[in-house]
This record gives sequence, structure tokens and C-alpha cells, in this order.
Amino acid sequence: MAASCSTSTRPSFARWLRGTALAVATTALTLGAFAPAQAADTIKVGILHSLSGTMAISETTLKDVMLMLIEQQNKKGGLLGKKLEAVVVDPASNWPLFAEKAKELINVDHVAAVFGCWTSVSRKSVLPVFKETNNILFYPVQYEGEESEKNVFYTGAAPNQQAIPAVDYLMSKDGGSVKRWVLAGTDYVYPRTTNKILEAYLKAKGVAADDIMINYTPFGHSDWQNIVADIKKFGSAGKKTAVVSTINGDANVPFYKELGNQGIKATDIPVVAFSVGEEELAGIDTKPLVGHLAAWNYFESVKSPINTAFINEWHEFTKKPKRTTNDPMEAAYIGFNMWIKAVQKAGTTDQTKVIDAMIGVAVPNLTGGLSTMMPNHHITKPVLIGEVKADGQFNVVWSTPGTVVANEWSPYLEGSKDLIADWRAPMSCGNFNVKSGKCGGSASN
Amino acid sequence: MTALRHILAVLLLALALISAPAFEARADDDAADPFAGLTSQSFDDVAQALTALAVSGNKQAGPTVTALQNEALFVTPDMALLIKTDDSYVNARTGEKVADVNEDDLSPVRVNNAVRAAIEAAKGGLDLVSTDVAARAHAAEQLFASHDAAALPLLATALIAEKDAGVRAIMLQAQAAALLSSDTGTEAEQLAAIATLRARGDIESKALLGSLHDKSPAVAAAAAAAISSLNQLEQIWGVAQGVFYGVSLGSVLLLAAAGLAITFGVMGVINMAHGEMVMLGAYTTYTVQSVIASVAPQWAGLSILLSVPLAFLVSGLVGVLIERCMIRFLYGRPLETLLATWGLSLVLQQAIRSIFGSSNRDVLTPAWMAGATRLGGLTITYNRLYIIIFAVIVIAALMAVLRYTALGLRMRAVTQNRRMAAAMGIRTPWIDALTFGLGSGVAGMAGVALSQIDNVSPNLGQSYIIDSFMVVVFGGVGNLWGTVVSAMTLGIVNKFLEPFAGAVLGKIVVLVALILFIQRKPRGMFPLKGRAVEQ
Repeated sequence: MAASCSTSTRPSFARWLRGTALAVATTALTLGAFAPAQAADTIKVGILHSLSGTMAISETTLKDVMLMLIEQQNKKGGLLGKKLEAVVVDPASNWPLFAEKAKELINVDHVAAVFGCWTSVSRKSVLPVFKETNNILFYPVQYEGEESEKNVFYTGAAPNQQAIPAVDYLMSKDGGSVKRWVLAGTDYVYPRTTNKILEAYLKAKGVAADDIMINYTPFGHSDWQNIVADIKKFGSAGKKTAVVSTINGDANVPFYKELGNQGIKATDIPVVAFSVGEEELAGIDTKPLVGHLAAWNYFESVKSPINTAFINEWHEFTKKPKRTTNDPMEAAYIGFNMWIKAVQKAGTTDQTKVIDAMIGVAVPNLTGGLSTMMPNHHITKPVLIGEVKADGQFNVVWSTPGTVVANEWSPYLEGSKDLIADWRAPMSCGNFNVKSGKCGGSASN
Repeated sequence: MTALRHILAVLLLALALISAPAFEARADDDAADPFAGLTSQSFDDVAQALTALAVSGNKQAGPTVTALQNEALFVTPDMALLIKTDDSYVNARTGEKVADVNEDDLSPVRVNNAVRAAIEAAKGGLDLVSTDVAARAHAAEQLFASHDAAALPLLATALIAEKDAGVRAIMLQAQAAALLSSDTGTEAEQLAAIATLRARGDIESKALLGSLHDKSPAVAAAAAAAISSLNQLEQIWGVAQGVFYGVSLGSVLLLAAAGLAITFGVMGVINMAHGEMVMLGAYTTYTVQSVIASVAPQWAGLSILLSVPLAFLVSGLVGVLIERCMIRFLYGRPLETLLATWGLSLVLQQAIRSIFGSSNRDVLTPAWMAGATRLGGLTITYNRLYIIIFAVIVIAALMAVLRYTALGLRMRAVTQNRRMAAAMGIRTPWIDALTFGLGSGVAGMAGVALSQIDNVSPNLGQSYIIDSFMVVVFGGVGNLWGTVVSAMTLGIVNKFLEPFAGAVLGKIVVLVALILFIQRKPRGMFPLKGRAVEQ
């Protein structure tokens, strides 16, 4: 802990000094019976992504893309006549530190909104802070759903915007008419919830319990020998078999390597993954993986003028002509543009007004369509299925005809099938039970 | 299944072509345009067109299928098919060069798993009559997997010509499979087929034997007997397979822990940065691979061998540096050592992250280390096999150094009685530094092996540090043999628990059992005895 703090000490200490000075000054002003005027001539935007520790591998990219978006917005003249100022903090992949850093951003730096978090546990850790201070969090990663909060806008996919269409594709003729399913995941909340939803969905589609195999492994699992052998055995029962993988980042490399070594090809048993993108494939030799699938709402290989422009700007900003783009980056891009639009609509950065103005805001996504913020604080997205190519990119083989609205509460789970979220007045509720007609009827949290 | 039908179609035609060349001309006349379907947007259309093209006897079929496999087949707006070659485009239908191609107008013929299967079938189907033994064996295996009765005449023809005993055996198995899944053949033939499958005895054979309930009573009984004997065999092989998995996990643990057995076990330094020495070894492998790829790409397959001594040197030197600059000031203060080395581990991680970036690095697996082989009922993956061999070599070398070299003698002398060793004229500080360097270097070599099975990321070391300490403590501090036995025990126990308890619970059970064991025997399985320990 000591050292991980020290890596982030210098910038945040300086900010802390500045912040404390500001706080002291504000207190003095208030005591002097002055109104606490908004003296700052910039609008501050908080960026809460881990820059060290295990999650740095994924989150550093999102910090970079946020900095790029803020720079671009400033070039366009800023927001409400003011420049935007990014405040970057490093929660160091440490969940309680996320809450602390969020507090610092809101109470010391007075940011207008925060863009951040990756894992569900980090999001859950900062939730009380955002509720208490009535600030805004933009969460850019696909997650397990079963949540809708007033202060959070979810720009990543809910399970029905990623997992269920992927299963539908595999069941179709083009996808190989899969009849037998392995649900393999890392042992934490996202895979467990997603697999629960998928299991209920598959059974509703008439798949027998014998044809579903569920397997969980710890974080960073590296010895996949017998699990892959089991999958092979499960897949040789005469029915077309596929693996639905919610295996988390680090464990994927040894998993795919073992698949390759045991000779399981995508044409035999395809693996469709929900956490493997361009960034993750950068660490794997993809030639043995050609044909394995991933379901996302964006791929770098998507051909659209807006995506080409985005990729070029990204390469220019990072000065790395080969740096990949990925789905959470697109979600961050959409979230940022939605916030800009909502602030312009509300004419202020006041959080209460911006939260109201957010609903119904529509901005272009990178696949060439429009994404809209819905009353459940989730956005509409197209769903794409891509096959891994030898060069580590994805070849889009299927996509939904239009955009899909998120089911924040899954209709396939007992506990949540009667719940809906609608943050418009007069309902203003994240878990309204349509059976009992009450807000907060029953929920997982 | 559809893919296998494609194979059959191709096979039938291949044989027809060989026996009757006149057929070729007729096929050409009949087919309207075998290429038309390839321009479709539907994967299913493309797959079907591909199969049709492969049996059309068209001379351009081969190049077109190969081009599609290499994703070098494109469609122009006016539905012409172009094959991209190194420097130009060729018309797929005619094989003629095409000038003035506007690349922006071209859209690639899209490939998905269904199309890929059709490509494999189209290419593989012709191979049953190939001149290459391996290709024929592969084709026969594919037919075995399809066990389609339509293949029987093909197999009969191919069997007459087949000379290679290995391929013959597979063809006979394929014939048996095809016979059993159809209603043809006498009862005697079917019983013989069951015997063939029983001898083959893999999962697919068992699945096929399990589907014979509706045959005549004698056949069904023979199948049931075959299954129960296969089940028994499978159980025996299952144990052997479990032992292999366990030994393989054990040798990974052993490699990771061997260096720690020196630094912690022999010297008593609690080195939390041990994992980072492993990580440095893995990054050395990556660097060597990158350098070789740019300097001498033809030796890429050997880069991993060159990495072993280099990783030893890099990690060893870093180890000596750490000992000289930090650890020597902290001897006898385990708590400070623990905190300082842990801090160091974070510094090293962040340094690597700054130099190489936070994303995983791709260390290639050389061809000779990829894939698997079957040994009886065992599946043995080559990379795991080489890691086991590598672990044996590393441990043997380490023991030889400790026992037979002057350095080893001095190391043992210093750790057993420092003052006496110093009195004999041994420069103990330098021996300390070299011992620490040796332990770190061994960790670096472990990194080379781990780069083949795990992520090469700044966090690589973290995932092995706890396991390494577990192995050393369980085995008995200061005892290399103890480390070997303990790594193998933990590996095998873990792998036998996993199927019952699941990977998560299995790990917990092992940890709890280990804690209880340490409570009973705090010095591990093989505690050191003698005066040196008493100090």
C-alpha cells in the first residue's frame, strides 16, 4: 500500500494542497457572509481510473481517451464558454481507495462529473459517495446489470446487450446451431450473475440441464489443463458445443493457450468471450485462435467514417500509430459526449439539472448509429459478434439490425423480473416493482 | 456434420475424377457458375458454393479455396472475384491478371466458422488419395469423426491402395464407425467393428458404442461389454492423466519456488520481490524474441533456448544488485526485509510497466513446443512436457552447483557457520551476494518457462509469490529435496481435488490443509537437522 500511494503522491499531494487552500479560502468567505461564488473559470472533470496495480492494464487506456476527449472539447471552445480541466487520480486497483479518491474529487476538487471505474466492485464502492454528494458517475464498462442508480449513467452493455445476442447467434444456423453449452467464468459477481441469466435463458429456449456445464475458476487462474480436457470431453457427445466465456482478463491468455495446445479449434468448439477485446488479444499469439468469438458493441475493425476519424485522432493523441481501440473506449466516448450535450441542454453543470437533462440525449456512436440515454440510465447500443482474425483484430460476422435497449433488471431472474427503472418524475425510481406497485419492492441490493 | 458431408462429396468426386477423366468435362458443362455463390452475403451460401466449387472439377477451384483460406479473395461491385497476390490481383474465375483495380471498391469474401469448416473440408476431402501420409491419416480421422455410411465405398477403395500400416488402421476404424452407424453389414461384421472401436478406445469411440441400443441383442450386448471395459480403462488412464496434470503443475510450482528455496530457504531472506525476478525473466524472453525477430527471423524458434541463459544473467545481476544495495543492510531484521523487498517489488512492477507498457506482451510458442500427443489414453501437451523436463534439468543443475562446485561449498559453509567460514578466509559478503544472485537467476529461468503458459505482464510475479512461499515452507526451509517433494505433492493434490471440489474450493482446501500441517510440523516436511539450525 505504502509504495502504491507513493507512486501517486506527487500530483495528488499538490492538488491536495491546492484543494485545502481553496477549502480554507471558501470557508473564510462563507464566514465573512459572502456567497460561495464559483470562482473557478474552468469546469473540472474527474477521471477515476486505476493507473497502477492489476487493473492498470485496462484502465490506463480509458484515462488516456478521456484526456483526449477533453482536449478536443477545449479545442472546440470548451463548454458553456469555459475550458474543461481534467483532474486525474489513481485509485491503484484498490477498491476502498476508489471511494476515498471519489470523495477527494468531489469535495476537494469540486468536479462537475466523474468518469471512471472498471470492475463492478469498484463501482459499488463509490456508489455511496455519489449518492451522498449527488454527483454524477459515468461508468463505461459492460457489466452484470441488476442495478440502476440516480447518480450513475451506465454507458457499457447490460447482459441483454452482449451475452444474450451472442448466444442467439451461436444457436442460429450461421453460428453453427449449438446445442450444448459450457459456461466458464472467473469466480466473481459479473460472471456469476451473467451465467445465472444465461442458464435461465438457455433453459427457456429448451436446452436440457444435462447440456449445460458451468465452471468457475479463481482470478488469474493459470493451470487450465483438466478444465480444457473436461470441455473437450463434454463437447464430444455428438452435439455441437460452444463455450461462453466470462473469464476475466488475466486468466484468458493461459486459457486460450491451453485450448490451442489441446487442439481445440474454433470450428470444433467455438469460444465466445465477453471480456476479451483488442487490448487483451495484444498479449496472445492469435493464429491458433482464429474463429473464436467475442461479443461487444464496438470493434476497432468496424468500418464507418466516424470510427476511422476516432482511430486517427487516437493515434495522433497517443503518438502510437498502432495503439488499439476497444469497446469501453467507445462507451467512454459516448458518455462524455452525452454529458456535454446534457450540460449544454441544462445550461449549467449543476448535477441535479444535468441528471434530468441526460435522459433522452442522443449522440452518435462509433459504429455509425445513434445511442440514446434511456430513463433507466442505460443507453441503447448495437450488438456485434466478431471472430478473431490472425492479426488480433475482429471480423464482424453478425450484428443486430438496430440498437438494443438495455434490460437493467433481467427478465430471466426471479428476483428482478418484476422490476423496472425510470428516473423521470414522477416515478424517479431505480427498482420499481410493477407487481406491488412500489419503489424498492425487492432488489439484489 | 454438414462439414463432413462436404468432405464426402469432395471425396466421391475425387475418386470419380481419378477413375473417369471424362467426367471432368461433363461437370464443367453442368455447373452454371460455380463461383456465383461466393459473392453472396450469406455465410451459408458461401459455404455451399465452396463445396460445390470443390467438386466442380474447375481448375481454378484450388487457388480460389486457398485464397479464401488466406482471406485474399475479394468481390468487385460488378460481382467479379479477385484473388489478391503479392503485387497484383488475379481473376479467380479465369486465373488471368487484372489491371487497374480500385482497392476501395473491393469487399472481402467474409469467412466465419461455418465457411472455415467448409474450406477445411474442401481441402481435406481430396487428401484421402493424397501422396502425403500425414494428409491421408488426417482425412481418415475426419471420416472416422463423421462415421457416415456413405463413406464406406470410398474407404473400401482407399484401403485397397493403402500401404502405410498406421493410415490403414485409421481407415479400418473409420470403416468400422461408418458400418456401425448404418444398418449395413452382417452381425459378424458388426461385432468385428465393435472390437475395432474397443481397441481404439477414445471418447468418440465410446460415444458411438453408446448409441447401439437398437441393434440386434448380440451386437448390443457386445457394445455394452465394450463400454464397461472402456470405462474401467478410462478410470485407470484418468488417474494417470491426473498424475500428469499434477506433475506438470508441480513442476511449474517447483520452478517458481526453486529460486526462493535458495534466497529464503538457504539464506533466510524473506524476499517479496522474488516474483518480480520471475517476471524479469519472462520479459527477457520477450526482449530476446523481439530482437531475434528483427535481426535473424529464421532463428525465431530457437529464441527461447537463448533466453534461458540470458534470463538467468539478467535476473541474477539484478539479484546481486539488490543484495549489495539493500538486503545486506537488513540481515537479521526479517520485518524490515519483508517491507523493503515488497516495496521493491512494486517499484520493479511499475518500472516494467513504464518501459514495456501495461498490456500483456506476446511471447510466441515455437512450433516444436505447440500441440499435443496421445500416449495410450493420455493427452500430453508438448509445452507442459518440456516444462517438466526443464524443471528437472534446473533442479539437477542447482543441486550439482551446491554440491560439486567451489561456490556451492562456500555457500553451504557460509549459511551453516558464517563466522567459521569467515575465519577460513571466505569472503562472506560476496558469497551472500552470489547466493542471492543464484536464487534470483533461477527465478529468472522460471520466468522463461512461465512465459509459455501464462501472461507476460507486470503482474506475472504476484500470482506466483504466495505459491512459492507455500512450497518452500511446506517442504522444509533450507532443503532443496523438500522443495521438490512439496511442489509435486501440492501439484498432484491440487489436480485431484479440482474435479471434485472445483478450482476455487480446491485451492482453499489445499491452503487450509497446509496451515493445519504447519501447525503440527512448523519446520515443514523435511526439516533441517544439526547444529546450524539451532542458532
